[in-house]
Amino acid sequence: MSEHNKKDMNEDKFFAEENKKRIVTGPDGVQFEVDPLQDYFCDKRPVAKDPKQKVIEKFLNWARAESLWVLGFGTGCGSIEIPPLLTPRFDAFRYGVQMRPTPRQSSVLIISGYLAVKTLKRAIRSYEQMQNPKYVLALGSCTINGGMYYDSYNTINRLDYYLPVDVYVAGCMPRPEALLAGFNKLKERIKAGRAEGANDYANKFDWYKANQKKIIKDWNMPDYNW
Amino acid sequence: MNDIIVKLLWTLLGLFIVLNWGLLMGATMRKIVARVAHRYGIPFYQPWLDLIKLYSNRSSISHGVMFYLGPVFRLGGGLGIFLFLPLIYGSEHFSNFSWAGDLVLILYFQFFGMLGMALGAGEGGHPNSVIGITRGLGQFTTVELPLTLAVVSIALQYNTLSISEIVAAQQGGFQNWTLVTNPLATAAAMFSLLGLFRHAPFNLVMAPNEVPIGPPTEYHSAFLGVLRTNGAILHVVEAALFMNLFFGGATHWIEFIIKTFLIYFWSVFVGVVSPRFRIEQSVTWFLKIPLLIGILAVIIFI
Amino acid sequence: MKEIIQDIKKRFNCTDEVEQSKTQAYITVQKELAVALITHLKDIKGFTHLVLLTAVDWIENNQFQLTYMLNNPTKKIDLGVRIFIDRETATMDSAHHLWEQMATYQRELKEMFGIDFPGSPRLNEQFILEGWDNIPPYRRDFDTLKYAQETFFPREGRETNDPAEFMKKKMYPDEEK
Repeated sequence: MSEHNKKDMNEDKFFAEENKKRIVTGPDGVQFEVDPLQDYFCDKRPVAKDPKQKVIEKFLNWARAESLWVLGFGTGCGSIEIPPLLTPRFDAFRYGVQMRPTPRQSSVLIISGYLAVKTLKRAIRSYEQMQNPKYVLALGSCTINGGMYYDSYNTINRLDYYLPVDVYVAGCMPRPEALLAGFNKLKERIKAGRAEGANDYANKFDWYKANQKKIIKDWNMPDYNW
Repeated sequence: MNDIIVKLLWTLLGLFIVLNWGLLMGATMRKIVARVAHRYGIPFYQPWLDLIKLYSNRSSISHGVMFYLGPVFRLGGGLGIFLFLPLIYGSEHFSNFSWAGDLVLILYFQFFGMLGMALGAGEGGHPNSVIGITRGLGQFTTVELPLTLAVVSIALQYNTLSISEIVAAQQGGFQNWTLVTNPLATAAAMFSLLGLFRHAPFNLVMAPNEVPIGPPTEYHSAFLGVLRTNGAILHVVEAALFMNLFFGGATHWIEFIIKTFLIYFWSVFVGVVSPRFRIEQSVTWFLKIPLLIGILAVIIFI
Repeated sequence: MKEIIQDIKKRFNCTDEVEQSKTQAYITVQKELAVALITHLKDIKGFTHLVLLTAVDWIENNQFQLTYMLNNPTKKIDLGVRIFIDRETATMDSAHHLWEQMATYQRELKEMFGIDFPGSPRLNEQFILEGWDNIPPYRRDFDTLKYAQETFFPREGRETNDPAEFMKKKMYPDEEK
């Protein structure tokens, strides 16, 4: 399923020396082949998981909406509006919003502000490690149409061609009140059952990957980071 | 045969009460900490919602058999402590399965859970988990030291290793509590309680601001749900253990709730105004005064 | 300030001195004498603090201008040393033996302008851009708007609130028709 043709990986000029497939001699003389980019767990495509029955899913969506765990990854200049949310004045804990340090345990990824190509690679890696169901909240006008940096050679213009986005919050940067309104809108969307970003990503996986690989030219990670 | 099934059902009812009380107590403590910080804090029903959300995650990644079994061991440790601890003294429904030597068994179960989870988290493949485990186990070893000495001291004092008999010896008013008759052992155990409840200043291992957040770094979805369920049970049963050993036990549920709340509150009371110790600082701290008090407590009763 | 500049002019044959203010001045020097001048300023004249190293693209004259800003902490004056190098084959001597942070500045210039500093440590590693296969983007013949429109997917319906356009429309509404 890898779109990288393994034959011409050796001619790709961004392919680092230590990532190539090679034969290594072990300490007791045994020779074995080593392929650093093959991950023994990340070798499958993502699969769309169907939601459960209507009434049960409504209850579960209510619980998911009231307990949003946000990944503490500040991708751009908008992440300076997130610490004020945790201070006593705005207090996001009342709304069930808590910050978690690892993508495995969080369900919301906040893309705050412009997204450089370098950061997009890491954000994709974090997004793919989150568990189904997961949501993306896009802050700022740079994620909508490029914002202030629409003519930059290094920042993307439309976020929803690379990651499935649930709610956009406009502004440059949106104030904490606007961010809380964005969280409320996300909660409404989850409770209505329309926030199925993870399934969307799994269904349109090839299209997302083609867009991502068009701009990330040194792709030295698995196609899907479980 | 029938009695054992009935007793099992009563034990399960006790477990249900303890689990809900643990979640509620956790939420109350977080609300108190939030109020000290001049903000509103989480709503009271938040831990239940967190658990529902974790258990209803649609996908999860397993790294192997030991990773899967890690939370099971941890929950096994917590349930093991619960099963052998008499909750309400004098009631044959809620005395669980306590018998003659259960004090030593409970101390064993405390460490067993942590070791099992350490093995599981090590298989997670995350380097931060391993850092967290080494820190956590190192800290836990020295935390247990004053507690063990205090337990030896009261075992010598009451000439028994059964918790029910220790509780029985403390009935009849304030003056019979171990707090009054053996204050050194109580002091050593209260120091060790600060480390057991994993609040500041000893919460380096599980604090989310530290990037290696300890063993649960790689755990997610239902695994994390099991760990959090165990966390809630463990808070209540450890407070109940202290209540039975040092503060006279409980004869009905209201007393149980008040006493466990106040014992847990002691650790939050100290923690809410303290910063964190690093691991080497906390290890040396426990090996100074609490160890000394514990040794004195044992020497008095030899 | 004036004495320092007069002294340097005699020794290193500099031209085009500009006194921007009482504490800031610029001089131009030849490329071959540049590192010698900077070493002299650092060791003897007391300009021990390197503020920055930056480049300007003079595409009309087919030249790059490198500017080394030096600062004298005791006298509190800034001196900018300008060097003009050829745009086609852009190389310059590396000065990382004077200050170690020069290696980072030189790495950035190599990636963004294409100016080579042979001998500088870690010069060819990817720094700000990852996976870049076009011409160095700070050069003026690189059309960044065209590149952004081709590579990233722009969203239609973008309006501009340029103040010049707005005032033109307001003051001369008839010229539109």
